[in-house]
Amino acid sequence: MASKLTQSNGAGWAFALPGFGLIAIFIVLPFFFAFALSLTNQRLISPNPTEFVGFENYRDLMGLAVITLEPERDADGNAIRDEDGEIAYPRVRTITRSDDFPEYRGMREWFRWQSGENARVVIAADVVFMKALRNTLLFVLVVAPVQATIALGLALLINQKIRGINIFRTIYFMPVVVSIVVVSLLWRFIYDGSDGLLNNILAGLTFGLFEPRDWLGETSTALGAIMAMSVWQGVGFHMVIWLSGLQTISPTLYEAAEIEGANKRQIFRYVTWPGLRNTAVLVLIVITMQAFALFAQVDVMTQGGPLDSTQSLVFQTVDRGYRKQDISGGSVISVVLFLIVLCISLLQRWLTRDR
Amino acid sequence: MAQISADNHGLRLAVRYLVLILIALIFVFPLVFMMMSSLKPDQQLLADTSSLRAFLPVGDISLDNYRDAFARAPVAIFVMNSVIVTGTTVLLSLFICSLAAFSFVFLRWRGRALLLGIIVATFIIPFETIAIPLLLMVSQLPWIGLDGIEIGWLNTYRVQIIPWIADGLTVFLFVQFFKDLPGELIEASRVEGASWWQIYLKVVMPLSGPVLATAAILKFLIMYNQYLWPLIVVQQESVRPVMVGLGYFFQLNTAWGEVMAYLTVITLPVLAFYLVLQRAFIASIASTGVKG
Repeated sequence: MASKLTQSNGAGWAFALPGFGLIAIFIVLPFFFAFALSLTNQRLISPNPTEFVGFENYRDLMGLAVITLEPERDADGNAIRDEDGEIAYPRVRTITRSDDFPEYRGMREWFRWQSGENARVVIAADVVFMKALRNTLLFVLVVAPVQATIALGLALLINQKIRGINIFRTIYFMPVVVSIVVVSLLWRFIYDGSDGLLNNILAGLTFGLFEPRDWLGETSTALGAIMAMSVWQGVGFHMVIWLSGLQTISPTLYEAAEIEGANKRQIFRYVTWPGLRNTAVLVLIVITMQAFALFAQVDVMTQGGPLDSTQSLVFQTVDRGYRKQDISGGSVISVVLFLIVLCISLLQRWLTRDR
Repeated sequence: MAQISADNHGLRLAVRYLVLILIALIFVFPLVFMMMSSLKPDQQLLADTSSLRAFLPVGDISLDNYRDAFARAPVAIFVMNSVIVTGTTVLLSLFICSLAAFSFVFLRWRGRALLLGIIVATFIIPFETIAIPLLLMVSQLPWIGLDGIEIGWLNTYRVQIIPWIADGLTVFLFVQFFKDLPGELIEASRVEGASWWQIYLKVVMPLSGPVLATAAILKFLIMYNQYLWPLIVVQQESVRPVMVGLGYFFQLNTAWGEVMAYLTVITLPVLAFYLVLQRAFIASIASTGVKG
């Protein structure tokens, strides 16, 4: 295929090298560094030489175990209960600090549940990381489908041929161009516990019946509040992608369906949706990748609180790698995050493979 | 009969518009709130949140918050830093990425497929996963300046610009666009004795308006709204960009009116830019979807 005319090694390299070189130095190299650093005890500034520590960092991060606590018993063998009737258990630290269980040393309680008279306690080497992992996965699992669905609804709405529709498209897309930092700050005001707009609006709609709450200050609502705001900000982006997918569907298919007498639901089910299959995979993947990168919202709105209920993986990477100058600690979480994203990408390949 | 169906049609249309408008309100209310609040003194700003006044320019309206915000923080410096960093990165990115894509599409050379393969593979590396190792790297990189060799890129413009110039998506956008250009055009110029550089500059670039606009807009949005990276590599005010400059307003007691004024100052130019070029903005996002 390559003709003599275009065979050009020198020029080829010269033109491609600046771009490729920059990508190699600033994306590929740090990517491999992340793996290498995760196996060391590197700090940003340290008087001690860097040491190779193997998978110790990973053990310190991912160590998990379930222990069973038996109730404290009185002389008759009955479980001792406190004034509220709750069974009293020995403290977890009697195990994690005991010489009998060196494998649990230094671990802390993550959560527990009741099993008969016993309590089962999940202990983790790094509880904050576990919470960050859980929150990030939860964030992705909720935001991805919700945002994709709302975006599709908006795209269908915007795809109508009525006068002035472009104005609405422009407005729905607007939050996308506004920085997530600005958006997060504005929503901090909206979610505020005392003067917040949301409380006032809800109070107005329910004629004062609604009890105001501190949306970002309570563990039960903080992550949900961040999710809702993230959907608000990002949904226009995916609306546009859906819209370009919708516009690739041939109008003749719709005409044919109408001649056949299909109703709206049937048209969506048998014409629109099959035509959007590839777009659907793409939208889900893009949202998922964006959602895993959750950082600015947490940094601006909650700093991971209250009680670590909004910790995220990227927030922890920055907290350790930058604020605590623990480069290796930040790198380990980066690698874990990358491996998760890689799995999602492979899943994408598998879903969109040629059949 | 005809009368009824006409009414029905009118009613349905009205409902459609009502739905569209209600949704539009959901998307604009925080931004309207931001702009209106920036004009109000703190006390009134807080009191107004309990009614629709929050979205109206009523009461004690003035530009005092803007004056105070500029007095509290070096706002002009932050804005200028963002303009310098964003502008330089966008221009360099357009040049270097299009040049590389030109080489990948039109020139035949050994290693071409491998290099393009590596670039496409970088798609799946989110920046967030390399930020920390990159921080360590740039803290030790050398630089040849006017005063000889210095070590460390922290607290500079270059640390905010150079790592962001080239990226897989931008190269790929150009590659996709160039592939659709007629190859005979390049062959013909080559026969006429034009150098590759001349073909890039005089033949291909003049045809690349749409993809240049797409790549520029995407890079502009990423760079101007940049937060994580400048947060960790820039501590000095003299090179701090707008989004990180926000921290300035949250040191002691927060003056919300000033915060709103600052937010308006850094957001309004982007919104204006978007409203003027909205077709191009939306097309550029759509093209990442179709091709990315």
